[in-house]
Amino acid sequence: MATDWARAGWYFAMMDFVGGFKVGMKYFFKPKATINYPYEKGPQSPRFRGEHALRRYPNGEERCIACKLCEAICPAQAIHIDAEPREDGSRRTTRYDIDMTKCIYCGFCQEACPVDAIVEGPNFEFATETREELFYNKEKLLDNGDRWEGVIARNLELDAAYR
Amino acid sequence: MNDGLWTFLIILGQCFAVMFAVLISLAFLLLMDRKVWAAVQLRRGPNVVGPFGLLQSFADFLKFVMKEIVIPAGADRAVFLIAPMLTFVLASIAWVVIPFAEGWVISDMNVGILYLFAISSLGVYGVIMGGWAGNSKYPFLGGLRSAAQMVSYEVSIGFVIVCVLLMVGSLNLSDIVLAQDGAGIFSWFFIKQPVMFIVFFISALAETNRPPFDLPEAESELVAGYQVEYSSTPYLLFMIGEYMNIVMMCALTTILFLGGWLSPIGVGHGVFWFVLKVVFCFFMFAMVKAIVPRYRYDQLMRLGWKVFLPLSLAFVVLTAGWMKIFDVQPWAYTQEARDLGRGAMVIDAPEATPTPVKTEDS
Repeated sequence: MATDWARAGWYFAMMDFVGGFKVGMKYFFKPKATINYPYEKGPQSPRFRGEHALRRYPNGEERCIACKLCEAICPAQAIHIDAEPREDGSRRTTRYDIDMTKCIYCGFCQEACPVDAIVEGPNFEFATETREELFYNKEKLLDNGDRWEGVIARNLELDAAYR
Repeated sequence: MNDGLWTFLIILGQCFAVMFAVLISLAFLLLMDRKVWAAVQLRRGPNVVGPFGLLQSFADFLKFVMKEIVIPAGADRAVFLIAPMLTFVLASIAWVVIPFAEGWVISDMNVGILYLFAISSLGVYGVIMGGWAGNSKYPFLGGLRSAAQMVSYEVSIGFVIVCVLLMVGSLNLSDIVLAQDGAGIFSWFFIKQPVMFIVFFISALAETNRPPFDLPEAESELVAGYQVEYSSTPYLLFMIGEYMNIVMMCALTTILFLGGWLSPIGVGHGVFWFVLKVVFCFFMFAMVKAIVPRYRYDQLMRLGWKVFLPLSLAFVVLTAGWMKIFDVQPWAYTQEARDLGRGAMVIDAPEATPTPVKTEDS
């Protein structure tokens, strides 16, 4: 059997290592692919599905009319709604709970909502230290809506052309 | 009595100074290791603690120290706790014979390299004990692998060192460095023994269980090898010990092949060059970790026993034959060494040795 001298020479000259080293050094000085996360953040699509929020009309009236379509469509059954007529006769929720530990962030609730009340906002940094803090109630969701309304409204507007 | 006390205090001070310097530089070398690895993978590496993440190692140190020491129920408590201490102590006492610059050495003993070799062989005990004492499967397998690997590569490291010793004629580490003095970078031993330099570097990787030879702690198969059951301070001791061994190997590479504290241009020798060379070696260690895939265990053993052992043995014979045929004197037997007052064994050199130069006292 003939000896493959070229290959043996290549092996003993550690050319594979030299090649690997070259590639390594090339990448060493390349701009980094990672971003400095807590201080800088990557771009986000207007369709991003993050933390839930219940929106209000500009006059302060809450949008949700307790049709329970979101509750019905929720594949993870994370939403629980109780409703009663209010004193003025309009139909509103008395209870709107989302179990964020069950939610799979599919966005079906947002799709199902006829009045754009429940939306998934741009916020993804809502980690908590206890499990209980992730059982959101109506108050928390409305609060989220108030806090993120500007971004949510702009995102809906940007995305409206594609719906 | 006072003289003895002062000597003792001075030695103690020297030991503390060296330990302090080594440990502090270790903290930054650890960071460098992670940074280099990250840079090759297009990541940033730790950059939050302190400027550029410079204090990351200290934060890690605090974290390790403050965690709970978990000792497994079935473990042999004494052995379990002795193992990391042994690793750490053995790794640190090896620094006694390392000459950082001319005369900057705690113990300039004449059998320095033999001492280093003995200490690094003893290092296997820490690994074996750590693997055994946890009374758990994965650490045990990791410990066995690690021990087999370290023992295998020590053999070729031994022959590589013999090659260098043949040219120096002395086991004293300062002598080895001084023997490389002369024409700047061209008289360093990595020029004269390039193959052995490579073999030594690769064996050093295997000896210290660094990637690509980090089989004892191959994450995908043995989790973390012999360190699996360790947490908190014992783990920290293992880790520091391991990294000290790595830096130790860098220092040894520097001394044996890269001319220790000698400057590459022939003037301005000093500790600066020693540190620079050690950092360069460590950089190479880190780069190898980043670019070379892990060896399989049988490949590792094949490389150690079937490639490096015959190769280094052949080079021992070659070196010795070369020196015999061309009548090259080991450095310690030359006039140059005598002038420096080193390699003093010349006086009892055998009569048969042809001495090229005659001096008044010989």
